[in-house]
Amino acid sequence: MSVSVECRDLAITFGAGPTAAKVLPGVTFSVKPGECFGLVGESGSGKSTVLRCISMLTDIWTGNILIDGKPVRDIPLIERCRTLQMVFQDPYGSLHPRQSVRTVLNEPLVIHKLGDHEERMRRAITDVGLPVSFLDRFPHQLSGGQRQRVAIARALILEPSLLLLDEPTSALDVSVQAEILNLLQRLRDERGFTYIMVTHDLAVVDHMCDRFAVMLHGEITEILPRDAIPGNRATHPYARELIGASLEYEGAH
Amino acid sequence: MEKSILEVENLRIRYGGSETDAVRGVSFTLGRERLGIVGESGSGKSTVGRALLRLLPGATITADRLRFAELDLPSLSEKEMLKVRGRRMSMILQDPKFSLNPIRRVGDQVAETYLRHFKCSKAEARDKALAMLEAVKIREPKRVYDQYPHEISGGMGQRVMIAMMLLADPDLVIADEPTSALDVTVRLQVLNILDRLVKDRGIGLIMISHDLNLVRNFCDRVLIMYAGRIVETLAAADLDKAKHPYTRGLLAAQPRIGGGRTPLAVLDRRPEWLEEIA
Repeated sequence: MSVSVECRDLAITFGAGPTAAKVLPGVTFSVKPGECFGLVGESGSGKSTVLRCISMLTDIWTGNILIDGKPVRDIPLIERCRTLQMVFQDPYGSLHPRQSVRTVLNEPLVIHKLGDHEERMRRAITDVGLPVSFLDRFPHQLSGGQRQRVAIARALILEPSLLLLDEPTSALDVSVQAEILNLLQRLRDERGFTYIMVTHDLAVVDHMCDRFAVMLHGEITEILPRDAIPGNRATHPYARELIGASLEYEGAH
Repeated sequence: MEKSILEVENLRIRYGGSETDAVRGVSFTLGRERLGIVGESGSGKSTVGRALLRLLPGATITADRLRFAELDLPSLSEKEMLKVRGRRMSMILQDPKFSLNPIRRVGDQVAETYLRHFKCSKAEARDKALAMLEAVKIREPKRVYDQYPHEISGGMGQRVMIAMMLLADPDLVIADEPTSALDVTVRLQVLNILDRLVKDRGIGLIMISHDLNLVRNFCDRVLIMYAGRIVETLAAADLDKAKHPYTRGLLAAQPRIGGGRTPLAVLDRRPEWLEEIA
């Protein structure tokens, strides 16, 4: 099951009065069902804020966000959480240090009054390639890559259709990043998830995404297909600079 | 290679309370060149860098030989070490947000290096610091001098750190993940500045990183570490010709622009890697 996402004139301002900061002046993009959409740009350009708005973790925005044609504000909380889930950047910060993996995975099942807890937890943990015995571990007994897998399992356990990925691999080593990217790719092939992925690594975008938006100071400068990267076919100067820098950094093949 | 600045032989480091060595028998020499140390987190690369500056309280450091220029590092007292640290050997840390003192003006922090190691007036140190800030391509160095760390961007903060570490004109700079907290566009600028300064001044550079692209572009030679040992030493240009399965695994695990979308190769860690010696 896949859903589409549409953002229209998404704008958000933090603070009030003369010190108010307009973080997103008006962002518009749409993501097709089953697509992997990338958001790239420098730090502070508002990439993560877009995800937080879509997931309603920040809800003071104006504009429209439609998920499968329905305004996200009108979707009841319980239904919203079953439709979309988020995976955060830092697996060291996003898991409760005193909760075992079992507790972490059990909580959403209780909240959503789902049955077969044990069976669902086993399935989720196996889906992310960890042994079932890991259910009884605590975060400090896991490596960074394993923690991120648990965070992904937590997002998967409610069987959502849309995953919001906020730099899911930037805290990890390349070798571990490869495992997580393969996992995300496989899950998408199997379940037809829609992904919106924030990253600053264009090689990851090239590997995972179909299209991506380049953000600068909260605005989308350009939306490009993935194959615009190798030949740097961007037209906006900042997008060109970003892609150019990434190509140069890769050793310019 | 002519005269080496640093000779390390059979370096072993054990953290207090641990039963195994974090670094197990690392040997290398460094001339006036740029040496990269690559490996995953926990492979001991940063530990090696910190051990050279003796920044590991509580850890036991042993080595058959640990020579820096004419100095035998293990035999130096802490007082003598103070004259080496920052003056002749310095370290650029990963994240400027956490490595700069948040309640002091950045310029004063840079000037402190000079005041501490040279006999000079405050005004002289200030001029030196301003010139150095300019050398790391900070526009309006006078304005930035009086700012606090929270007022400057990450890329600027990292350039301030570079200025601070190069001000005393050291013989050796250890850069521990100098740019992993920065965006790609800024990263390249900062690396180019560091690279040019190191080249112009003939400073030896040890670049500690987990980023293979970075060491490929900015180093002459690369050591690859796994579980506290060096598994392979390569010229940076020959990184693609790496022989060790671990290095090859790391290279294959890296997504590339224009690469196929086939699943990335995943490291198959072999127990024998732990014991091999390169």
